[in-house]
Amino acid sequence: MTATTVDRTERETLGEFFLRAPAIGPALALVVAVVVFSVSTSTFLNLDNLSLVVEQSLVVGTLALGQTLIILTAGIDLSNAAAMVLATLLMAKLLVGGVPGIFALVLGVLVTALLGLVTGSLVTRIKLPPFIVTLGLFTMLTAAGKLVAGGQAVPIAPGSLLAWLGTRRYLFGGIPVTYGMTLALVMYLVLWYALTRTAWGKHVYAVGNAPEAARLSGIKVNRTIVSVYLVAGLIFGIAAWQALGRVPNADPNAYQLGNLDSITAVVLGGTSLFGGRGSVFGTMMGALIVTVLRSGLTQLGVDSLYQDVATGALVIAAVAVDRLARRQK
Amino acid sequence: MRQRSLLCLVTAGLLAVSGCTVERHWGGSSAPAGSGRAKVGLVTKTETNPYFVELRNAASAAAQAQGAEFMALAGQFDGDNDGQVRAIENMVQQGVTTILITPNSSTGVLAAIERARQAGVMVIALDTATEPASAVDATYATDNVAAGRQQGAYVKAALGPAAPKVIMIDGTAGSTVDTYRHNGFLEGIGLKDGDPAIVGRDNANGDQSIAQQKMENLLQRTTDINAVYTMNEPTARGAYAALQARGLRLLMGSIDGGCQGVQNVRDGLYAATVMQFPRKMAEEGVTAAVQYAKTGQKPSGFIDTGSVVITDRPMPGVPSQDTTWGLQNCWGTK
Repeated sequence: MTATTVDRTERETLGEFFLRAPAIGPALALVVAVVVFSVSTSTFLNLDNLSLVVEQSLVVGTLALGQTLIILTAGIDLSNAAAMVLATLLMAKLLVGGVPGIFALVLGVLVTALLGLVTGSLVTRIKLPPFIVTLGLFTMLTAAGKLVAGGQAVPIAPGSLLAWLGTRRYLFGGIPVTYGMTLALVMYLVLWYALTRTAWGKHVYAVGNAPEAARLSGIKVNRTIVSVYLVAGLIFGIAAWQALGRVPNADPNAYQLGNLDSITAVVLGGTSLFGGRGSVFGTMMGALIVTVLRSGLTQLGVDSLYQDVATGALVIAAVAVDRLARRQK
Repeated sequence: MRQRSLLCLVTAGLLAVSGCTVERHWGGSSAPAGSGRAKVGLVTKTETNPYFVELRNAASAAAQAQGAEFMALAGQFDGDNDGQVRAIENMVQQGVTTILITPNSSTGVLAAIERARQAGVMVIALDTATEPASAVDATYATDNVAAGRQQGAYVKAALGPAAPKVIMIDGTAGSTVDTYRHNGFLEGIGLKDGDPAIVGRDNANGDQSIAQQKMENLLQRTTDINAVYTMNEPTARGAYAALQARGLRLLMGSIDGGCQGVQNVRDGLYAATVMQFPRKMAEEGVTAAVQYAKTGQKPSGFIDTGSVVITDRPMPGVPSQDTTWGLQNCWGTK
């Protein structure tokens, strides 16, 4: 009986703690994971490996950035990876067909942005649940990707602009960095600024928290939501560029679980699936946690199926923390 | 009233559009089974994998050349048993005399195959065997154990006196093709599962980007290796990207024999690939179907369509062809 009381007070303080700073939990989890793997293997803690982990997390991390914006408005996007794969195929096909890389890139990004606009409009104008709209789009876009590909993966030249993000440079003579990492960092900073320092950012949080209250206080709810889907669409196009930098071969069968992986990163990053609470910093942590787990457990010789079990358990734990924090509120 | 009939029309239209038919060119109105004219239905795992596109095109061409009617249906994704069962049922409804099928799972569609055979349809498995093999009349496929064994034998010969230190990038955990190739490779190189010479292994589900990531993670553990087994060519390309980033040039082998894979061997991404012949599977399947329609005679058992090592660095004791031959014959295309 006494034990339960003690437990409860502990949970209360923990809950409040996580509510105040939602990215603290994931950052702690990431640090713990890195420390554990650094101690338990002789191979985890070195610049090359840490750089690699970041590189491996870029595509899903970028998808998760867009997903974060959408989930902040209490929405969800099941079609983001399918849109990305479609964009990689369009870009690669155009490039192979002789279109200059820069046009192929812009056209690909425009397509995903347009898809974001369509999703946002369907969600706000016809009041369709985002889950349903993007579920339908997921099916359509997956098929469209396969139609565009004609059953073939489309390889592109490793030196071309579309594959440029994979280029590796060594900072200060030893720190391995790809252009894709630099771009991701810039995107995080821009989005962090937009969400925390601009009126638009405040509107996004307000719309996710309590749409009716936001409307009454003069926020254009529909316009905010459409803008979120549009920006997310742009980000998914950039994710396609990241994907081609990582693997210069557009494949209609790639990233079949990318939508769920991006949601996993967002949830692990402490963003609430119920909207209005979360941060891009947390999402960055979330994407890294998954990659660190996979890399570290592989180096420990753990079977990949057990790695999936561990990742799934973490997701459930993260949502449990979110729920607990809300209950304390 | 008018509105309702409009609704019916729209619904019917939608149903027609959403059907999973890929290709359907019946010659005449109806040719009942046993009339002497073959009606061949092909059910592949998916519509879009280049391997199955090749299989479908080859079967379609062979059917046209031999005067058989032909239709093709497919599952929607790897593992879509339900889609394949529906395809089989549709085909039986439409009176095919033979069904050629690459089953998504070796046991998932057995009941539907059984019903089709009871209805007098001959069923031939292409590429992937059923379990038990007797569930179908005959199987035309690559002997995947033999294909794996050839990769293993090549790697062993190319290593020469050096003791093997191998990383294995497998396919989908638990799939029969994956298991057969894996076991065949170990047999060919002369190792057993769990041998310390297998420095690391992981599953990449035949996906290039996953293979790259898994290989990168395994290479963090150790780079003290001298050979790599890959389950198929996308896996080999992913593994190559990871090796190249670390400046490692290792002896790597693969299996499949698609044109892109043969080109990879020519470009030096990996030393050898083992080519299989989907075109031959399709052609021999159609020929058997025409034979059955004419004479009622069925083939039986497992018919190996063969596999050939493709490399520009031949090794004594391992029969092989070079990449020039490989490019002319990739998947038996030209």
